[in-house]
Amino acid sequence: MEAAWKKPVTVLSRAGVENRPDEVLAAAREGTAVLLVPGDPMVSTTHVDLRLRASRLGIETRIVHGASIATAAAGLAGLQNYRFGPATSLPFPHGNWRPTSPVAVIGENLSRGLHTLVYLDIQPGRFMLIPDALDLLGTTAASLGQEIPLYVGCSRVGSPDPVVAAGDAARLRAVEFGGPLHVLIVPGDLHVMEREHLEAFAGL
Amino acid sequence: MARGKKMVDRVTELMDKPEQIRNIGIVAHIDHGKTTLSDNLLAGAGMISEELAGRQLFMDSDEEEQARGITIDASNVSMVHEYEGREYLINMIDTPGHVDFGGDVTRAMRAVDGAVVVVDAVEGTMPQTETVLRQALKEGVVPVLFVNKVDRLINELKVDEQEMQIRLGRVIDKVNKLIRGMNEEAYKAGWRLDAAQGTVAFGSALYNWAVSAPFMKTSGVSFKEVYEKCRAGEMKELAKRSPLSSVLLDMVVRHLPDPFDAQKRRIGVIWHGDRESPEGKAMYACDPNGPISMMVTDISFDPHAGEVATGRLFSGTIRRGAELYVMGAAQRANRIQQAGIFMGPTRIEVESLPAGNIAAVTGLKDAIVGSTVTSLREMTPFESLKHYSEPVMTVAVEAKNMKDLPKLVEVLRQVAKEDPTLAVTINEETGEHLIAGMGELHLEIITGRIKRDKGVEIVTSPPIVVYRETPAGKATAVEGKSPNRHNRFYIDIEPLDDEIVRMIREGEVSMNQPALERRDILVAAGMDKDEAKSVKDIYGTNMFIDMTKGIQYLNETMELILEGVHEALAGGPLADEKVQNTKMRLVDVKLHEDAIHRGPAQVIPASRSAVKAGLLIADDSLLEPMQKISITVPTDQMGAATSQVQGRRGQVFDITSEGDTVTVVGKAPVAELFGFAGDIRSATEGRAMWSTEFAGFEIVPSSMIKDVVMAIRKRKGLKEQLPRPEDYLA
Ligand SMILES: Nc1nc2c(ncn2[C@@H]2O[C@H](COP(=O)(O)OP(=O)(O)OP(=O)(O)O)[C@@H](O)[C@H]2O)c(=O)[nH]1
Ligand SMILES: [Mg+2]
Repeated sequence: MEAAWKKPVTVLSRAGVENRPDEVLAAAREGTAVLLVPGDPMVSTTHVDLRLRASRLGIETRIVHGASIATAAAGLAGLQNYRFGPATSLPFPHGNWRPTSPVAVIGENLSRGLHTLVYLDIQPGRFMLIPDALDLLGTTAASLGQEIPLYVGCSRVGSPDPVVAAGDAARLRAVEFGGPLHVLIVPGDLHVMEREHLEAFAGL
Repeated sequence: MARGKKMVDRVTELMDKPEQIRNIGIVAHIDHGKTTLSDNLLAGAGMISEELAGRQLFMDSDEEEQARGITIDASNVSMVHEYEGREYLINMIDTPGHVDFGGDVTRAMRAVDGAVVVVDAVEGTMPQTETVLRQALKEGVVPVLFVNKVDRLINELKVDEQEMQIRLGRVIDKVNKLIRGMNEEAYKAGWRLDAAQGTVAFGSALYNWAVSAPFMKTSGVSFKEVYEKCRAGEMKELAKRSPLSSVLLDMVVRHLPDPFDAQKRRIGVIWHGDRESPEGKAMYACDPNGPISMMVTDISFDPHAGEVATGRLFSGTIRRGAELYVMGAAQRANRIQQAGIFMGPTRIEVESLPAGNIAAVTGLKDAIVGSTVTSLREMTPFESLKHYSEPVMTVAVEAKNMKDLPKLVEVLRQVAKEDPTLAVTINEETGEHLIAGMGELHLEIITGRIKRDKGVEIVTSPPIVVYRETPAGKATAVEGKSPNRHNRFYIDIEPLDDEIVRMIREGEVSMNQPALERRDILVAAGMDKDEAKSVKDIYGTNMFIDMTKGIQYLNETMELILEGVHEALAGGPLADEKVQNTKMRLVDVKLHEDAIHRGPAQVIPASRSAVKAGLLIADDSLLEPMQKISITVPTDQMGAATSQVQGRRGQVFDITSEGDTVTVVGKAPVAELFGFAGDIRSATEGRAMWSTEFAGFEIVPSSMIKDVVMAIRKRKGLKEQLPRPEDYLA
């Protein structure tokens, strides 16, 4: 990129953006700076904070929207954007910390017939993959006396070689999703068009 | 009756009959004769030969113990004793008397039901006599008294017979006064020691004789005879007519409780779970058919069997192959490889080992000293062992050779497992590890053993004092923000009430209690009711209270909040030293809707910063450990003794004289006590007898605080400037 635009490019980590926002802000104060992120920038919590800080310092900001995984995964699966409830994310357990709220969100959506997009955790050097996520969701749901009947798993959405597959946990475990990033959808009631699309493209 | 039977059979037969078992500890001030007594009891009961016992101290078998003439590790033994035509199995633990190894006494008192308190007739009760007695009473352990070294009274002090009786009476009175002061209820309920009743014996462990009122009746040996025989040097005959082991072991069998009796009373003291649960019922009843519950009180290394975990089995029956769980460790089954008990000084393997015994087992991979071990997957753990003293000194150790780096880490983990009074901090990045212990001797022994027994060459720094941090004032609603700023925690900080600190220390308040019981106890101690019912965590002597109401997702986030809080308390903002006596109130919380955005990477730093900043706002102060010192010298050396205390930023608060000696009692900071042993020796021409004892932490004088803090920060490689709240409030 440096060669194409003839501008210096600094690579920032998530922790870098969160803990040292001053670097980005200083660059923006001196001239025009671009913070390039994957997906749609304002979905990420930290960028909201960054924009607020900029505005307090009198720095003008502009958002260039990108395609979000939220719409891309739904599109890949053929599920209608209108029929999604709130999304949730599934973190890696930490000691005894295994939050049950992701399953609660899924449960609430299911009870209203809505789909849930489940983001899988990304840690430095570690990506949660669909089989891990199925294990975690399965045990947490069981501990709450619930059951998740159907999943749609997607990997590398937006790349030339995405994989999408629908079915229960056992079927998805048998699917070769390949490398990260992975994401899951828990579908609610399926509209006839949605079902046809899953059958045609996701092996339902 | 059982004569002629092999000892193994006698021991294994008795272990199934709790009413014929006594679990006892031998406790005393240093050098009062515990090991001499234990040796001679073993020999008298025929478990070791007479020649082995006594003079060469068989039970102090470690080279280091032999060289220094003191006991370092408690040892477990057993013996069989016949009383009124019935045999009894006596499981006995000889404990060390040196303050630095007091942790062994604390642990032993958990395993036993009765204690023989030994007091030197010449020295009388000493500071450690008081400490070990307190430890016993706290664990619900019944005491009897043995006044030892009576021969010295007669032959060295040359007191007359009447004076002897007066002096012995004085020792009993003094011990009774201590018991009464520590637990008036028990004292009145029959724990008062009474020579006429037979709960006191007198004698000479070294010369192997003793007398007690009941035994005098049957043997016909009178005080007059004792006096005369002793005087005339005919102690061999005394030992024949009134043998130490018969007198002492009769007293033990007759007056100390069996496990049935003891567990009924003790379980409620050492365990706060539901007494109607299966494990509760089984432990109160010492039931061999109930679930297994055992508390590990000792871990040692055996060249043949590997790691041996010894402890008290309160219920159930342990067999080889049993799958047990260690509470607080990874939830996986530990398979028992060998189940054993002690026969004399040796461990023997048995088929099955029932409740009420002191068990020695192998295969408990996850256990550390203090662990609760059970056949259940979940059980309320026993109350943790509360040692009266805390680590006050640290040494840094490093492997001498690069190749030993991983081995040293392994060895240090083992050392920490075996001795809970040590605080071991492993730093694999720098390779410089810290061991904090009770005192110079403790650390010397531990580091010496790493070299000697574990074969790792190490380089050791000179010992450094351990400090503490605590808030002197208050801070309100200090805000800690997560890196993404979407999670915020508002925490109040102030000193925790002294009385509540005391109750935590003594185990009267703990997170193992049912919440309602804890609330009532705290309210009775004067805590606000809303606070008392909202205690979420007790960490060291710090308390975390959740005062918020109805905040969504707070419950599933609490674990992470507490992790951050613990990090802040493990190393305070001032000097990265442990924080104590702090009350934290969580007064408000803002959380992100989604789990990952309020995950560990966000919440832990946020709650940690809130506590660290809060401590600084609440006037975080540095505390240093103090030592109580008591020095006995000939009257003309009094000046030298007092100036040794006063010259070390110390203060003298009591001087008492008895005959031609005076005892000076005072206290001084540990930091000033390095080299005390040598200095007091030369100042008093070697005529001082002295002992020290942990006396808590006190605020470092304000004139010194900055220098001390900077020196610690420098040593630890922290930024060499005083920290400010803003540093944590970005
Ligand atoms: N004269 C006399 N000396 C005794 C008697 N009992 C013990 N001693 C001596 O006192 C010293 C200390 O005895 P130990 O048995 O090692 O005392 P301890 O209480 O086990 O000591 P620690 O375990 O280090 O606290 C030894 O020199 C013994 O020989 C006794 O009855 N009479
Ligand atoms: Mg000893």
